[in-house]
Amino acid sequence: MYGVRLQDPLDLAGWRRAARALRLGGVAPEQVAWRVGDASGGLFDGPPPPEPPSGAGFSAPRELLDLAADLVCHRSDDRFDLLYRLLWRLKDEPALLRITTDADVAEAHLRRKAVQQATHKMHAFVRFRLVNPAFEAAGERETYVAWFEPPHRVLTRGIDYFVKRMGRLAFSILTPDACAHWDGAGGLSFTPGLERREAPGEDELETYWRTYFASVFNPARVNPRLMTQHMPRRYWGNLPEAAVIPELAAAARGRTDAMVEAAPTPPSPRTGRVQVKRAPAPPPPDAAPADLPEVAAAIQACRRCDLWRHATQGVPGEGPPQAPLMLVGEQPGDMEDLAGHPFVGPAGEVLNRALAEAGVNREEAYVTNAVKHFKHELRGKRRLHSRPNGTEIEACRWWLQTERRLVRPKVIVALGATAATAVFGRALSVLKNRGVVGEVEGGGLGFLTVHPSYLLRIPEPGEKARAYDAFVADLAAAHALLKAA
Amino acid sequence: MATLTLRRKLEILADAAKYDASCASSGGRKRDSRDGQGIGAINGMGVCHAYTPDGRCVSLLKILLTNFCVFDCAYCINRLSSNVERARFSVEEVVRLTLDFYKRNYIEGLFLSSGVIRSADYTQEQLNLVAKTLRETHGYRGYIHLKIVAGASPELATEAGFYADRLSVNVELPDETALARLAPEKTPGEIKRAMGVVRLGIEGGKGRSYTGKTARVFASAGQSTQMIVGADAATDTEILARSESLYGSYGLKRVYYSAFSPIPDSSAALPSERPHLMREHRLYQADWLMRFYGFEREEIASAAPGGMLDPALDPKLAWALANRDRFPVNVNRADRELLLRIPGLGVKAVNRLIGVRRHKRLTLEDLRRASGGLKRVRPFVTTADWSPGGLTDSETLSARLAGAAKAAEPHQLTLF
Repeated sequence: MYGVRLQDPLDLAGWRRAARALRLGGVAPEQVAWRVGDASGGLFDGPPPPEPPSGAGFSAPRELLDLAADLVCHRSDDRFDLLYRLLWRLKDEPALLRITTDADVAEAHLRRKAVQQATHKMHAFVRFRLVNPAFEAAGERETYVAWFEPPHRVLTRGIDYFVKRMGRLAFSILTPDACAHWDGAGGLSFTPGLERREAPGEDELETYWRTYFASVFNPARVNPRLMTQHMPRRYWGNLPEAAVIPELAAAARGRTDAMVEAAPTPPSPRTGRVQVKRAPAPPPPDAAPADLPEVAAAIQACRRCDLWRHATQGVPGEGPPQAPLMLVGEQPGDMEDLAGHPFVGPAGEVLNRALAEAGVNREEAYVTNAVKHFKHELRGKRRLHSRPNGTEIEACRWWLQTERRLVRPKVIVALGATAATAVFGRALSVLKNRGVVGEVEGGGLGFLTVHPSYLLRIPEPGEKARAYDAFVADLAAAHALLKAA
Repeated sequence: MATLTLRRKLEILADAAKYDASCASSGGRKRDSRDGQGIGAINGMGVCHAYTPDGRCVSLLKILLTNFCVFDCAYCINRLSSNVERARFSVEEVVRLTLDFYKRNYIEGLFLSSGVIRSADYTQEQLNLVAKTLRETHGYRGYIHLKIVAGASPELATEAGFYADRLSVNVELPDETALARLAPEKTPGEIKRAMGVVRLGIEGGKGRSYTGKTARVFASAGQSTQMIVGADAATDTEILARSESLYGSYGLKRVYYSAFSPIPDSSAALPSERPHLMREHRLYQADWLMRFYGFEREEIASAAPGGMLDPALDPKLAWALANRDRFPVNVNRADRELLLRIPGLGVKAVNRLIGVRRHKRLTLEDLRRASGGLKRVRPFVTTADWSPGGLTDSETLSARLAGAAKAAEPHQLTLF
């Protein structure tokens, strides 16, 4: 039987040195007793381990060293035994640490979890007290001190969190094991543990904190078991808010009963005095809007088909009220639906570029869509465009007719098949009929070309470029009609 | 009118804010004050600094700027016609409280909302001003969650996104026609438009501008929303359909479900009953199954007769019991997707088992160590040393597991 004495409870380096020597010396885990500090050893304290043969070596996996760094913080007495047992077994079972359901590995992970949780709870439950309220007058650095009793030795492991958030403020965290001190200017130091009586007393803000804690609690949801699961009683001694928990929990049932049984109260006298902005009532479904702003407002209340339900908003057309050129697309896409403007997504970019190359100023055209709400289906977390059907196109045609009646364009360019159906009132093959289609019922010369999103879907670069050039040529031709018309 | 003390205001305006379920401080761009220039940090994981006796986490100072409100939403304690005592914080008071609480490690940050006063724009300006003062005057780098007031201008919503880590707009009720009845001043359109503006801001903040500069960080912890459950007639499957549409349309990080709670001074328009906490819990479970376990909404709905999730069984177990022909699953061979369907195995347990089975054949003992309990798992799996035989199809299985489920999740059951 060998005995190893480590300097302090967190002596990871000491454990590594000894464990290395033990394993090289072929000493099995059952033959080692691990002790910490000067405490007198038990009956089984034996001689120190043999010196390893020089030049001999082995490498321990990184994972074990990481695990060891966490496990030394655990307050169990046999943590060093467990770690050495893992190191020993790795000799014959190199994949051991990946078998996380092995009894030893699972036990190590449970303890690591306890250490991680204790660290997390320290971040949560440390309560600082301001120790120099007159710091400004005294020309001192604002300084906070906390007393804390972690279930595991996690002060060093978790101190970074406080340094990061306190910045230029100075603080100390005092615990029975050790104390940490941050000077607010880059200096972090540690001193030995203290007793509770050396920690500062009340802070006047604690009254406010208790008030907040009590007020944010909803008695109708009382569930003390869930609370203690997350905030175990062992921490309560150092939490100023814990003092009010018993009375809050005790009164909860009575408060809830009172709310449930109370009759509704009559409206407050303030009610009549305050001017309330009611939502504008939707216009009657067939009232013809008198101008474009009215169109934009009325589209939001449109219920001519069901597409409004899953869309963010109706997207009206945009452009000069007397634009000679009107461009009609299919329907708003994902981006248009969010922004509330037509052609602002990827297809809009293609359109803008093509218009510029065709010498057409988009600002001079009235740009709109055949269908005003975004029709889509959900695919995972994305909305995929789906083509509006005949009923929806027909329902929305009323809006396009209204826009045409108000704008009175000389030339109307339908972009793609849906727009063709809406503009010409019948289905037309785009590629067979592209170019001038003829006079449109209700006025204006009708022109048909592809939808810019069609260009985005062509995979072959050469073909894509040719199709794009043809699109630009179409836009230029439609624009030229304005002079002729 | 007598002036209220700061403590009394805190009491009123925390009480007024507590019906909003969200208190998360997770996400957000990591940053700290090590450089000595500011105060506060964000670690990305979030920290719950306390738990109230309802078991809810207190992570943020969650308050209203004011509970004066010109809206009259029947479900809300702060509605115009409520007789509740009113208060209003000054911008400076909220800033002081936030910093004082933050320095003492009570909170991770601020969650600020408000009743609507004067107009949506005016209210939003006041909320933004608090965040701006914290960030610019005090160098505050901790977490800020701001409410977007539906109807506020896109410019103000965008400004809020530059100061806040998270933004939220509450859809309030799953059913839009019920919203028109119970919250007559709110319109679903305004709520959806506000969420659209936020999504555009978030997506703009992730990219680089055409000059190659990184765009200004915008609400890096994303956006969330809340639905009140039980104040209208929407069924669970209708609520889940609404969530699915909201997640997909606006890239939400979270949809919070908040069981309609009785309030002091209730309105005649709504029944005052105890909150349906179990219903809320089941909705969260179903939401999780859809987002992290690969379940389709239709699959969950198929095990929810009448559109309502079974209160006695978690939705995954209910689905498994209704689809027993898919079981038992051989845990040594099944792919990840199928392992996630096994009742009692969470994402972490599945990941562990996949790691372990590369090295050895899985036994029941491995499952026990990976999952922490076998009661729900056993009827649905085969392992190297276990086959459920007739157990999977046993007629009494449902009843027995309902009992086991009850024991396994005590925290959300009826409390009285």
